[in-house]
Amino acid sequence: MSKATEHLSKIKHSLAGRNRAEARFRWYGRIAIFIGLAAVAVLFGDIINKGHGAFRTTYINLDVSYDQDLIGVNNLADSEQLSAGNWDALTKSALRAKFPNISGRSDKRRLNNLLSNGAGFDLKDRLLESPQLLGKTESVWMLADDDIDTYYKSWLAGEAYAARLSDKQVIWIGELHQQGLIKLQFNSNFFMRGDSREPEQAGILGAAIGSFLTLIVTLMLSFPIGVCAAIYLEEFAPKNRWTDFIEVNINNLAAVPSIIFGLLGLAIFINFFHVPRSVPLIGGLVLTLMTLPTIIITSRAAIKSVPPSIREAALGMGASRYQVVLHHVLPLALPGMLTGAIIGMAQALGETAPLLMIGMVAFIVDIPSGFSDPATVLPVQIFLWADSPERAFIEKTSAAIMVLLSFLIIMNTSAVWLRKRLERRW
Amino acid sequence: MSKGKIIFSASIILTSFLLAPLSTARDTIEVVGSSTVYPFSTVVAERYGRASGKPTPKIESTGSGGGMKLFCGGLGTNYPDITNSSRRIKMSEFKKCQSNGVKGIIEVQIGYDGIVVANSVTAESMDLSRKDIFLALAAKVPGEKEGQLIDNPYSTWKQVNASLPDIGIEVLGPPPTSGTRDAFAELAMEGGCKKIDWIAALKKTDKNAYKQVCHTVREDGRYIEAGENDNLIVQKLEANPAALGVFGFSFLDQNADKVQGAKIESVSPTFESIADKSYPISRPLFFYVKKAHVGVVPGMKGFLKEFTNERAWGEDGYLAEKGMIPLPTEMRKAMAKNTLSLIPMTGQEALK
Repeated sequence: MSKATEHLSKIKHSLAGRNRAEARFRWYGRIAIFIGLAAVAVLFGDIINKGHGAFRTTYINLDVSYDQDLIGVNNLADSEQLSAGNWDALTKSALRAKFPNISGRSDKRRLNNLLSNGAGFDLKDRLLESPQLLGKTESVWMLADDDIDTYYKSWLAGEAYAARLSDKQVIWIGELHQQGLIKLQFNSNFFMRGDSREPEQAGILGAAIGSFLTLIVTLMLSFPIGVCAAIYLEEFAPKNRWTDFIEVNINNLAAVPSIIFGLLGLAIFINFFHVPRSVPLIGGLVLTLMTLPTIIITSRAAIKSVPPSIREAALGMGASRYQVVLHHVLPLALPGMLTGAIIGMAQALGETAPLLMIGMVAFIVDIPSGFSDPATVLPVQIFLWADSPERAFIEKTSAAIMVLLSFLIIMNTSAVWLRKRLERRW
Repeated sequence: MSKGKIIFSASIILTSFLLAPLSTARDTIEVVGSSTVYPFSTVVAERYGRASGKPTPKIESTGSGGGMKLFCGGLGTNYPDITNSSRRIKMSEFKKCQSNGVKGIIEVQIGYDGIVVANSVTAESMDLSRKDIFLALAAKVPGEKEGQLIDNPYSTWKQVNASLPDIGIEVLGPPPTSGTRDAFAELAMEGGCKKIDWIAALKKTDKNAYKQVCHTVREDGRYIEAGENDNLIVQKLEANPAALGVFGFSFLDQNADKVQGAKIESVSPTFESIADKSYPISRPLFFYVKKAHVGVVPGMKGFLKEFTNERAWGEDGYLAEKGMIPLPTEMRKAMAKNTLSLIPMTGQEALK
């Protein structure tokens, strides 16, 4: 046997083993992906399972008579009268009219507890919208209390949870159900209102707008600053010890825990510059500090990926360095920079730790209308609801997580789409 | 316009709007402080906001100590107007307030909160004494000889007290930063600790040593610090019937189908037993107001009026609904009068 055939037979012998090794490795890869996907599926399944209920809420239909004497209001234009008005009397009398045979203080109180304690104020808003109703009677679907909501949902699902209700309340709800006067309806409050301590009135809009305003400040500050820094470092700065030192520091900053940026924000922006606490402006400033390194690093990578031949060609045509960068390099690197910025923003959207220090972890009911109105953000809202004793907040928490996740998915998908759309391969 | 110019002008605009809000006055009341008072304070704030149509007060949950620090920082719109507290203000904090110019402080006691020791409803209900709690959870317990302290040897409840079930000691509770933990150490642990005569005698001779013995919780894994989130403790108790948890009464009230409160000295934690003080582990809740801010920050008077209204803190009020235990009627009346006529603390109060 010659040496060549000897080699050949060796190769033939080992071939099956090598193929098996590859097949095994492929399986390891598939299992790894399966484990990852299973974890995501369990997480999403759990959240959706817990949270889907929050998108519907219980309403009770009652005949409300807008009696002027009852509320103590005869002129709807008088704001003094309006704020002193006894709006709860409207809901109480409507309930009393529906269940006339109820006597005794504690039973009356239980009866009043069927409706949300914000239902009276909802009627006030309704009356201000259509003033001709004053003195008239109409049938209205009104928001039920969160305990009633929890009970009614669990009862419809076949496993009634009545620990917070009295036996009589359970009977009353049964009667209302038979008469078709209680129903589940799309929970528009959840998308139209700010935070509330009453789960049935709590909404995500305040936090969503707070997040939006905060991210605008972050984007408007961190993107131009980050891109300028990246362009200077890549295209103009001399390569020496100083720039190496700066590069090491930027990479370090990207890995600093975010709570540190919160402490920095507290010390510099609030204590030194006296920026007000709890506003989107201060939130945006702190998150800018946090996302800036990410944007600088991705922008530099995007600039680096523009081939030198482009620069050389432009220089050869007599363009200045400034023109080369602004007319040729920047447009080509922009998709990469935008992707980096979106990922940075998505990171900022999910942050709570740095906001703790600057007062954005707070109970804020009013929906912010500007950069200097008190506001909170989505992840903080999730944290606050998860910490609340009322059981109905459990499903609100999961629903808020779903809203946050859908924003994150939208942002990350648009990052992928932008890259696919605008990227040029060389 | 070139891109460079756009970037340049954008940064000019940004700097100007960055500096703009610095001069604006504040029209929202700022409240900080205890996470125990937070659920009650927020309800009042919300009702006040909806009824009056004015901005709803902003409430941060910073813990009692953290709230006091911010509150006593100084006067003016950069500092909060009100701080909530699940314990009375300390002498050191009062002095710090005074030295920072916060002179007129109005003290308002709003009600009580009970601390419960609870376990899963699937487990056997417990009847504990405060002495049992101390012996089960202290880092050091009395040995056989008087005056001797040994590392806590107990691993089951039966070893602590023969009438208790034979299950391992495993208690989930709040970390030291929490006001609930302070109150638990003071009311439950110390309450049991001073039942042991020679330790009670120690209080007169060496106060620090007494406190050290009574307040120090064991760190060998039998007491598990479960973070500030009481919902998490409830969930863990549900999953582990052998464990006990320590948290505020309102969480027991909301989760009656999952957890049951242990009797303390044979008294169950209920609304009534905490209100008439027969349940031993309860504590007063307060908030503190800066007198100088009333009339400067709009709406302060209205907020105080709403809080001290019978429909809020009365026996049938909406705060009772949220799990706060109201003050006795007479005390409520006196407190409301004192608050609305803005009578500040004199500094002569017996503070700790």
